[in-house]
Amino acid sequence: MAKKTQKETDIIFYIHRFNPDVDSKPYTQKYTIRVEPGMTVLDGLHLIKETQDATLSYRFSCRMGVCGSCGMLLNGRPSLACNTQILDITMKNLTVAPLPNFNIVKDLVPELTPLFEKHISIHPYVIQNKTDEMLDPTGEFYQSPEELTKYLQFSYCIKCGLCMAACPTLATDSEYLGPQPMLQSYRYSIDTRDDGFDKRKKVVGNTHGVFRCHYAGECSNVCPKGVDPARAIQLMKRELVLDYLKIKKHRSTSFIMGKPEGVKRRPEIPKAPPFTVEQK
Amino acid sequence: MKETRYWTWHMLAGIVILFLLGIHMITMHLDAILGWFNPAGGEAVDWGNVVARAKMAIYAVIYIALLAAALYHGFYGFRTILFELGLKHGAQSIINILFVVMGICLFVLGSWVAIKFHVIAQIA
Repeated sequence: MAKKTQKETDIIFYIHRFNPDVDSKPYTQKYTIRVEPGMTVLDGLHLIKETQDATLSYRFSCRMGVCGSCGMLLNGRPSLACNTQILDITMKNLTVAPLPNFNIVKDLVPELTPLFEKHISIHPYVIQNKTDEMLDPTGEFYQSPEELTKYLQFSYCIKCGLCMAACPTLATDSEYLGPQPMLQSYRYSIDTRDDGFDKRKKVVGNTHGVFRCHYAGECSNVCPKGVDPARAIQLMKRELVLDYLKIKKHRSTSFIMGKPEGVKRRPEIPKAPPFTVEQK
Repeated sequence: MKETRYWTWHMLAGIVILFLLGIHMITMHLDAILGWFNPAGGEAVDWGNVVARAKMAIYAVIYIALLAAALYHGFYGFRTILFELGLKHGAQSIINILFVVMGICLFVLGSWVAIKFHVIAQIA
């Protein structure tokens, strides 16, 4: 290793390795790398892969905390590897492990299929009672800034799975929906364009739904986007209970704003290209 | 969806317990100051006071309500803990049936004792 500068530090990475085709159980492998200020854990993993061990597997994509691909357990805390600077969390040793509460595909790559299956199960999209309007929209739904604010922070979820990895209830009950899907159920249920609460309450109000939450709050603690799933879960409980007691406030669905009239297309804005699929 | 029903009643039972246990605590530990529920004077567990309270129908009602709330709250909570152990659906169904049967049996037994005690106290 070259002589280190004053700002550089040697950090020992203890990385959990597991290849299901070869290994019977996970083991830890030690790597030492020279770290300079500003290097993220993902940078460190790249360096190890390029200079020491090309067989190391991990998942990443955007490298800027947006895609949520590089979630892993860094010194025991679920974090995004691209969003965590090495010298912010250690000056000596760094343990890197795959996200708990998920099966391991290989090394640091978790199997996120259960997360997405649960996510899909809560119907994570705007559901309209007016099916004609859903299939063939005639305009935009009105929504005030106040109505938007109610669910805005919950819509920042990037589905990285860190909250699911931090959840102690999910650790013991694999059927438990988990923070991310329940957060999404609340996010859509309070959206004024949505009529899908009755559909979602059957999923989140079941035996392994919102009522199994232990209020640990770790999901909110580890969220890299500052979303508060624990709050969404409690608010969803309130919605369900008020609905059961038949004292839930009825809210009318957003009205459809008419298309603007008497407005001409500005010459610099091109027309939309023709459809590439057949229209019914 | 049925879990919403169960959980709502679990919370309501908790509130009922809080209220009725408050009455119990006042009766047992604060009545020397208040003097509401122990007409014979002295300790709350003195025979005269026990019989005096048992003669009041409201006490039988309170005991039965507290018993119902405590049984429901306790069994639901215990069921929740057991379900988190990752039991199979068959085992969960057995626990549901077992707890409902046990709850009803204990409620009938406890209610019978409360009513019987009230009836005996009338002639004591």
